[in-house]
Amino acid sequence: MLKAKHKTGLVFFPAYDWAISATHPEREERLLYTQDQVLEEGLLDIEGIIEFKPDLIEVKDVQRVHFCVPDELSVMTKSHFISAGGAKTIARAVLEKNIERGFALVRPPGHHAMRVVHGGRGFCNVNNEAIMIEYMRKEYGVDRVAIVDTDCHHGDGSQDIYWHDPDTLYISLHQDGRTLYPGSGFPDELGGPTAAGATLNIPLPPYTSEEGFLFVIKEVILPVLEEFKPEIVVNSAGQDNHFTDPITNMNFSAQGYADLTRILKPDIAVLEGGYSIEGALPYVNVGVILAMAGIDYTKVKEPGYDHEKLRQSLQITRVIEQTCKVVLENWRNREEIRRRMQADKKFDERRRSIFYDTDGLHETQNETLKICHECSGALKIVSRCDTGNSILAVHIPRKACKTCRELGYSWYESADPKSNNMIALQDRTTDTYQVRQKKDLKR
Amino acid sequence: MIIGLDVGGTHTDVVLVGENGLERQVKVLTDTSALFQTVLTGLEKITENIPPGRITHAALSTTLSTNAIVQNKLPPAGMIVSGGPGIDPEAFRTGPYYFPVSGSIDHSGKEIQPVDAGEIEAIAAKLQSDGIRHVGVVSKFSTRNPAHEVRIGEILAPHFDRVFLGHRISGHLSFPRRIDTTFLNTSIYPLHKKFFEAVKESLKQKGITIPIYILKADGGTMDFDTSIDFPGQSILSGPSASVMGSVAFAPENAETIAMDIGGTTTDMAVLINGTPLLSPLGVELGRYKTLIRGLNSYSIGIGGDSAVRINGRVLTIGPDREGPAMAFGGPVPTPTDALFVLNRMQNGDRQRAVQGIEPIAKALGLSVEEAANTIFDQACREILASAREMINQINRKPVYTIKELLEGYQVKPSHILVLGGPAPYFTRRLEELSGYATEKVPAWSVANAIGTALSRTTCEVLLFADTQRGILLAPAESHQESIRSDFTKKDALRIGFGLLKKKAVDSGASPNDLEMDVLEELEFNMVRGFRLTGKNIRVRLQVKPGLICGYKKIISQICDQSVNEV
Repeated sequence: MLKAKHKTGLVFFPAYDWAISATHPEREERLLYTQDQVLEEGLLDIEGIIEFKPDLIEVKDVQRVHFCVPDELSVMTKSHFISAGGAKTIARAVLEKNIERGFALVRPPGHHAMRVVHGGRGFCNVNNEAIMIEYMRKEYGVDRVAIVDTDCHHGDGSQDIYWHDPDTLYISLHQDGRTLYPGSGFPDELGGPTAAGATLNIPLPPYTSEEGFLFVIKEVILPVLEEFKPEIVVNSAGQDNHFTDPITNMNFSAQGYADLTRILKPDIAVLEGGYSIEGALPYVNVGVILAMAGIDYTKVKEPGYDHEKLRQSLQITRVIEQTCKVVLENWRNREEIRRRMQADKKFDERRRSIFYDTDGLHETQNETLKICHECSGALKIVSRCDTGNSILAVHIPRKACKTCRELGYSWYESADPKSNNMIALQDRTTDTYQVRQKKDLKR
Repeated sequence: MIIGLDVGGTHTDVVLVGENGLERQVKVLTDTSALFQTVLTGLEKITENIPPGRITHAALSTTLSTNAIVQNKLPPAGMIVSGGPGIDPEAFRTGPYYFPVSGSIDHSGKEIQPVDAGEIEAIAAKLQSDGIRHVGVVSKFSTRNPAHEVRIGEILAPHFDRVFLGHRISGHLSFPRRIDTTFLNTSIYPLHKKFFEAVKESLKQKGITIPIYILKADGGTMDFDTSIDFPGQSILSGPSASVMGSVAFAPENAETIAMDIGGTTTDMAVLINGTPLLSPLGVELGRYKTLIRGLNSYSIGIGGDSAVRINGRVLTIGPDREGPAMAFGGPVPTPTDALFVLNRMQNGDRQRAVQGIEPIAKALGLSVEEAANTIFDQACREILASAREMINQINRKPVYTIKELLEGYQVKPSHILVLGGPAPYFTRRLEELSGYATEKVPAWSVANAIGTALSRTTCEVLLFADTQRGILLAPAESHQESIRSDFTKKDALRIGFGLLKKKAVDSGASPNDLEMDVLEELEFNMVRGFRLTGKNIRVRLQVKPGLICGYKKIISQICDQSVNEV
């Protein structure tokens, strides 16, 4: 009789009636063969593996994380409420100790969704992990959280949301941004001046294989986690590093994913991308679920898998070793880097241009962060999108000091209604979200 | 007239039903160690002085296979399983004659590794030399492509009495369950065959040559010949006899909990608009998780004869039975004794019941009557708590589409139907405590045997089509055909209903009883390289569990009879 060593929860929500478009990679069929494999393997009959029905998130769960323009219901479909709800269900089961670990196998994904949402980017509209993490903080008083993002694409949305949060460690390993969407995630992206080092990026060369991924996990991620001491480790579990994935160029495998999961021991895994729906996902998911549950997975091998053939070149190994050295150095010097970035500045400015590939939109953002020595600082975002919508958004962080809180409110109250279609405030100290004005917003 | 027979843990109930309703009823004590004799006695008594020509058929629900499983008395059977990538099939070992072999098929039905005939021959030789006569064969994803099971079956066939192939059982996915189910079919086969052939022979000697039907776990029946191919389907027919005994009385536009309060256990299930709810994958029994279609029934170890004990001030009821109630000469107090103390039951030794309850009353600091009330109430409350847990479990079942999740269909019963010996005593209190309209079923003490007699033949067909590969497959029907690229779900449903009708009639269904419906219909666009390349279609159809055509007349007669009795 098989028995899970670690009681593991699963939310399986394949959204068999939702697609971005008929032939889009993010379509109804995506998890069909995964479900076939999971059912045929009988995983849900194993003692200690429990399937949960996903809850739906509420609008207020979204408002802790995002500024949705013009509003939540306009940028989200029902499937987004369920997908993020699946992550929330797992989080709740873990924190209430009904399970030891859990995996939300849900779609659509979320890690490209940033704090301000004008539409869909990288198949994502809202950030499942961030919504889940902020829910855990609000309802269960969780403080320090680490996200290890193993999707092949850089999770620029999660990075953006936690850019200024020193209590959320965001580590991403992904295919080098010079060769893949979204084109970001370089080692010098370390977070804002009050949180630098809590964002770490490890770009990997195309054709990186098991060896390279596991090296990064063991040599960088585990030691950093050890030092950061998160209460919860979240794995943004993209499955598109697989050697058969049609939209990426890596050489990872089902065995590799299972090993990674076994070594990383995430408390919660949330599915992100992965589009080799027949050749990879069925095997990767079985491997990951078995690894989470602590059951032998050594015989989970996809057709065409040949460890020797997939081996990475020596040159790739060198590049990865070099990158890891730089990342670890940055991590160790994070205090110094923060001081240098803060200098004697009162405010820090960031100007960015953001492309929404899924919905074909373009946004420009001007961000102003109060450099504060008491807290991570109030944040003001002025965002203009080519839909014609321009908004002013104020974020007061969870542990904001009195001064930053007052500054946030004064920004919000003094914003010019003439030059902004929408003025919104997210006060995480009181868990409130308010909108002062909304006019002429386009959908 | 139809014979209905239901073997229970304590009694075996036999009825003869016909145009005049309940023509005759018999109760014989069940002797588990001589089950054949029990069944035969029941059949003899019920047919005594009845002209054989007036009996059309018999439907039997026995505990033969259930007992063999629960008591670990299954005959040895060989198993050959090919897993391929995934969990090591060693984890699903069924016994000493279990052989994982090479060969594998993937989720789309593609062959990854062929069968090694030499390997199979060697195992066959070994099994033969060990005296094994029956072998089961299961390959992973055989429901997507049965070729490996068929090939291995061909190699084995000349050497064994009987070979069972996994894909013939069910089109559902679950390799471990397919292994368990195939093993049970293979192992139960000789027991089942011998038993029912002997029943047939005995009836024949009495001049009764009628078709024999066997009740299945899903509340439907199958004819004798079908049962020889799928003997495992006869497990757990007890709870389905009870549930089918209440179907006729369930309101048509409401959800009802059917409860059979027996001596040792209370079995319950949910009826939605008169149709019993099936378990999602298959029934579980002992250590076996199967693909055997079954009612979503729950069992709790509380019945009229459950042992009542006091530990400090904590009162427990069941889950075991030590014997009949003290009022009937038993060793320990029971809920039935509580009913005697409360003067609700007569025709037994009330004084002994009082003696049994007295120590409990003392420990609780109550009068004997108060203690009896407490015991009876607790039994009712525990039964209802377990019913609520059953409803919660049903409502927690995951769904995979936005539509289903948002519509969030939830079972909310408003009625309870009670049957079984103690039914009349429990009805009122169950209603008071639950707030549900609660009624006892007419002829409650043999309603299970009536249900067995009146159940129709049921079956299920699962169809899988992949227009990219150009194949349509109904694995359990051994049906495979080529399809064109413009094949649709509508075509699949048409073919499916044809197969279902044929299967039902072949299993003994009367053509008047084919109440069919669609359990599942899914159609997916298959996209490869950003181009639409085909459709993946899955369809699941059933003949619903229910009662045979003409049951209404019989039931209305039974109702009239039971009114006259009161």
